[in-house]
Amino acid sequence: MTIEAPRDERALRVVGKSLPRVEAAAKVTGSIAYADDIVLPGMLFCKLLRSRHPYARVLSIDTRAARAVPGVVAVLTGHDLPVNYGIMPTCEDEHALEHEKVRFVGDPVAAVAAVDEETAQAGCRAISVEYEPLEAVESIEQALVPPDDEPLHDYAGPANVHRLAALEFGDVDAGFARAAHVREDIFFFEGNTHLPMEQHSATAQVAGDKVTLWSSTQDPHYVHRALAKVLGLPMGKLRVVAAPHGGGFGGKCDPFSHEIVVCKVAMMTGRPVKCTLTREEVFYTHRGRHPVLMWVRTGVDADGRILAMHFRSALDGGAYGSYGPASTLYTGALQTTTYAIPAYRFEGARVFTNKAPCGPKRGHGTPQPRFALEVHLDKLAADVGLDPVELRRRNFVKPFSRTVNWLRITSCGLEEVTNRVLEASGYARRERRRGHGMGFAVSSYMCGAGLPIYWNKMPHSECVVNVGRGGVTLYCGATDIGQGSDSVLATVAAEELGLWPGDIRLVTGDTGLTPVDLGSYSSRVTFMAGNAAREAAAKMRALLVGVVADEEGCAPQEVEVRDGKVGRMTFEEAATLAEEHLGVLSAHGTYTPPEGIGGRYKGAGVGPSPAYSYSAATVDLDADPGSGEIRVNKVWLAHDIGRSINEMAARGQVEGGVYMGLGEALMEAQAYRDGLHRQPSMLDYKSLTFLEMPEVETILVETHDPEGPYGAKEVGQGPLLPVIPAVVSAVHDALGVWIDEVPVTPDKIVRALDARAKGKEARYGPKRFPDIPYPDLVKVVPPDAATAAL
Amino acid sequence: MEVPDGRELLRLSVNREDRLLLVRSHATLLEVLREDLGLTGTKHGCELGECGACTVLVDGTPQLSCLLLPAQVEGTAVTTIEGLARGSELHPVQQAFVAQGGLQCGYCTPGMVLAAKALLDENPAPSRDEIKEALAGNLCRCTGYAGIIEAVEEAGRMLS
Repeated sequence: MTIEAPRDERALRVVGKSLPRVEAAAKVTGSIAYADDIVLPGMLFCKLLRSRHPYARVLSIDTRAARAVPGVVAVLTGHDLPVNYGIMPTCEDEHALEHEKVRFVGDPVAAVAAVDEETAQAGCRAISVEYEPLEAVESIEQALVPPDDEPLHDYAGPANVHRLAALEFGDVDAGFARAAHVREDIFFFEGNTHLPMEQHSATAQVAGDKVTLWSSTQDPHYVHRALAKVLGLPMGKLRVVAAPHGGGFGGKCDPFSHEIVVCKVAMMTGRPVKCTLTREEVFYTHRGRHPVLMWVRTGVDADGRILAMHFRSALDGGAYGSYGPASTLYTGALQTTTYAIPAYRFEGARVFTNKAPCGPKRGHGTPQPRFALEVHLDKLAADVGLDPVELRRRNFVKPFSRTVNWLRITSCGLEEVTNRVLEASGYARRERRRGHGMGFAVSSYMCGAGLPIYWNKMPHSECVVNVGRGGVTLYCGATDIGQGSDSVLATVAAEELGLWPGDIRLVTGDTGLTPVDLGSYSSRVTFMAGNAAREAAAKMRALLVGVVADEEGCAPQEVEVRDGKVGRMTFEEAATLAEEHLGVLSAHGTYTPPEGIGGRYKGAGVGPSPAYSYSAATVDLDADPGSGEIRVNKVWLAHDIGRSINEMAARGQVEGGVYMGLGEALMEAQAYRDGLHRQPSMLDYKSLTFLEMPEVETILVETHDPEGPYGAKEVGQGPLLPVIPAVVSAVHDALGVWIDEVPVTPDKIVRALDARAKGKEARYGPKRFPDIPYPDLVKVVPPDAATAAL
Repeated sequence: MEVPDGRELLRLSVNREDRLLLVRSHATLLEVLREDLGLTGTKHGCELGECGACTVLVDGTPQLSCLLLPAQVEGTAVTTIEGLARGSELHPVQQAFVAQGGLQCGYCTPGMVLAAKALLDENPAPSRDEIKEALAGNLCRCTGYAGIIEAVEEAGRMLS
């Protein structure tokens, strides 16, 4: 079946409007059931016993006393779940319950299921574990040195190095040799965590030989795959349902211990079982922003045009692999999607330490280098006597071009977001006085990863649209984590079928009922699931139009589909007639990213995307020269969204991204002392309240991407990225000191001011980048500008 | 029959319904609402009284149910998010949160809506600063708060 050419997009009736999200009423009444709200008859409650040692050998586990606690129904140890797993095929280094070694405070070693949560906790307390403590690895530097005890994992190395990467595109040395000016800087980005309002929760139930898991997961597809491996069950016997989601931000993208354990307990006992993490457990479950130490060297010509860049990163990965290999490459991949860098060298390393494992958080691996790169360019501009905005403009990537590392750029609103945000904020005319400053930065982000996390040739997203007496139902594996995924799908289907989003029934995020979608990560849903939904709904429209055209004796192109009507018939009449003629009314759509959007070298899988979004921010703040306290007055954020599917939801994503960026810039830190999280509670882990959150002026720029659904691109992650460097830049504008370490806390500002007062460098930040045994560079021939022109 | 050790016999008024309950003596109001009464709209967030997700109204005043024992609210009228709408008609505060994009994942929303209702009952036309002050004990990780402020302003207009 062929699809009609896209209709005249000026005639869009639903797409682009500001509409309430489809599940809003269920959320304001409290009737929506999140994972922890699920109650099943005869349900057991499960708790995990977690290590209190950062690093230790498990010598023995005695569970006899736990089994004797009245009300305890099952006790599990690692021997019950011996199969290893992990989100990435190259580092499946986790066990649901560790039985040989624990590698961070919080590593689970046993599980107890009981008639209620308190009894399960009493059971956990009754378990005695004999540990032999090992010397913990607490820093990147320490991880690079061969340990006295054994390394955390035996599959990596040298020392506790997990992953190394070294890539060169073009002749970097020649670029530096020709440069009129070369500058080097070192930066550190302290890690932070997602802090979703909802604690992770999972409930499993067995019926016959089939297991169902409801979980607060962002990607049921990958959980499904891990469960099949660890439980040794065919995928057809397992169903994973993403429950309505109380916030993800990347923190619910890995398969987790508690998800596997509840399935195993349900299989052992035949009873439903739930495990909900406490807030403290959520902090230790983590998978959040990596701490990254960065070194960057850039050479420019006399006009400030970049000739070469060399970027080094060292990631503190915590105790397990998680998404680590991807996280590592992401710290190097997207420098080139904002600036045209003709010669680029990237060397990256990720190390294991005895801390909660890091993973993906909003912007995965790219907010850290974005902070470093933008602040570095500010300093470079000052070196060569150029306005920092002008230096950037001279180096902006061009729309429909290809980067030196082979990434295909299509629509690109970089110039426009820059112009709009500078104009709105009055940046050039800003008030210059001590203690007041404005900062500016730009960024870009992917609209979905070009490749799946494990190698497979399935489409990245599939949708089915069924029509019948029950109305329209759309089935898609995509998962609404609060970002508005369901509303995007409903809006797209409504647009094609002449209905309203509220007319579309949705079945999403359910591996048993929906076709595959890889999940809510890498800002992929609007672009990928949106395209799949559009194809499915357009095919359904064609079916209905064909039948109505025959009935009404006209040509299909004369049948209008709008306002709940198909031609002269109501939608319901048309659907009934079509079912009479055609039987079951079902149409499907798929999306697979196009070939050739990235390179063919080792490591080329990270970075390619069917499109990139672009953001620019200006931040206005006051910084107290005495106390170092910062008050952010206003943030302007312009975002190239391609086209907004739902303007209100898009603005909400921008405002939320700015909020999260400010939290990371100013206060949020997942930091440790002796292996313990310094503030594993919402009381101590500071985040912005209503009182600290400034006004945000959101500017949506529409560049109509040629491949996005109706031209749409992502908005969930990109707008966070420029906020952090713009804050650092504004602090420098206000006080004349550079804070090269995030978060920018008052003590760091005071120390930088003190340093300047003593005649030292007016800066706070790391002073040295360690010697890292990077491998030999993989030299990649860059695309020839002529042959790569699109 | 005597009340066994570790249990408490309670008479609570929740959402205009009188309930007679036998609960664990140390259970919080939050746990009793969610587990004994099945009112799961009230959320666990931090377990420390810091995030506001468990907010309920006690005689119209916002209170953190994770820091209350149910015995402390005997003789009062407790309102949870389930008690705000009249049948299928949403309360104006709920309508405004829907219409103005005052929610995303929705997990903080029940507490946020109740805190906003309590504010507007006292002060139907609050300034932006008054809204921020009144809601500062309720955290949201999704919205950046802007949509919530607009929703409270809109609800104030609807109510007055």
